[in-house]
Amino acid sequence: MTTSHARRNFVKLAGLGGVVFASGLPGWATAARRDAIAQDFYFVQLSDTHLGFNDPAINPDAEGTLSKAVAAVNALPGMPDFVVFTGDLTHSTDDPVERRKRLTHFRDIAAGLKVKDVKFMPGEHDASLDRGKAFSELFGPTHYTFDHKGLHFIALDNVSDPAATIGDDQLQWLAADLSKLDKRQPVVVLTHRPLFDLYPQWDWATRDGQKALDLLSPFEYVTVFYGHIHQEHHHMTGRIAHHSAKSLMFPLPPPGSMPKRRPLAWDANAPYRGLGFREIDVDQKGHHVTVAEYPVVKG
Amino acid sequence: MLSKNSKHGLLIAAAVCVAGMGAYTASLFADRAQHAQERVIKMSVKRFEYSPRDVMLKKGVPVVLEITSLDVPHGFNLPDLKVRADILPGQVTRVRLVPDRTGTFTFRCDVFCGTGHEELDGLVTVTE
Repeated sequence: MTTSHARRNFVKLAGLGGVVFASGLPGWATAARRDAIAQDFYFVQLSDTHLGFNDPAINPDAEGTLSKAVAAVNALPGMPDFVVFTGDLTHSTDDPVERRKRLTHFRDIAAGLKVKDVKFMPGEHDASLDRGKAFSELFGPTHYTFDHKGLHFIALDNVSDPAATIGDDQLQWLAADLSKLDKRQPVVVLTHRPLFDLYPQWDWATRDGQKALDLLSPFEYVTVFYGHIHQEHHHMTGRIAHHSAKSLMFPLPPPGSMPKRRPLAWDANAPYRGLGFREIDVDQKGHHVTVAEYPVVKG
Repeated sequence: MLSKNSKHGLLIAAAVCVAGMGAYTASLFADRAQHAQERVIKMSVKRFEYSPRDVMLKKGVPVVLEITSLDVPHGFNLPDLKVRADILPGQVTRVRLVPDRTGTFTFRCDVFCGTGHEELDGLVTVTE
């Protein structure tokens, strides 16, 4: 992606009210740039690490990729305020013992992050076979809120129900939480699946996601960061901006671009291509969110 | 003794009643006739396979998919033709549809059912 292309993305999304700059330039988000846009803080999103996945044709470094990403985050200029993992920490297993083993192994690797404020969320691979039991034992609640420097963050669980719903109880909890906020309060939603119907043919949707979007729509500044689809994707529903993150295990094809949703094969000429994490800069008022994508390893 | 107006009202009410019953009966027959024309396709699903995996349909021809789960709860989601259903073990789930366009469309399980869940899908092909 060229700088001019990236800027066009900015204009396009800003025009819709998302106010997002998406850059694919590795190393583009430097401390100097963060100073230049007078950001107040930044955080890092990692997603879909799928620890336990094992197919050398897809990722011959399945065991080492997360560790490399942790090292890359630790090497960022300036420490992020916090890091969030938006689900599918581990690859699914039918064995509850193995599931806990993988989640524990994941937690041990994530403990290598220098920043100690780390938020964890489940994906369907972690939580759908036991309704989030193992995840909760190791990481705590599957949905929660927190406030950080003027922003209200909401972690929504759309994976513990194997049918991919948020569920009425959680929607009521969301409505109660939002009812306490001013409509100009900037809100960031963290979730695993897309809340809109991105591509239901590949199960890239949340069955009752529209109900959550209806609750969020009165708010002026809402941004959703999610995972699940293993690629960068940007979309607006009304004035709500949605940004999916890359995976740290394998990329998936663009929605509907192939007959089957299958992991893209490893390219020995471009190792780790399609994998990465992102930095999210937030301006002082919390009205402007800037996204910069990083590869696992510098090319 | 009923007034002239009351008699008139009763006659109208009786006529509406008869007409209503007639319409209801007609709709029942129409419904039965439609169901009689419906083609029934029996399907089963288990971890991680639909049987049959390829389903051939005709555009405009009503069909009922009678789907049974052989193990755990599954889903049947065919977004392109706007049908979805939960498929629970121990019961037959009937999915009615009238394909309104031709093409090949993916259906998949949308209830996470295990390690091979993401491979649990099939194809509906609709021809003229």
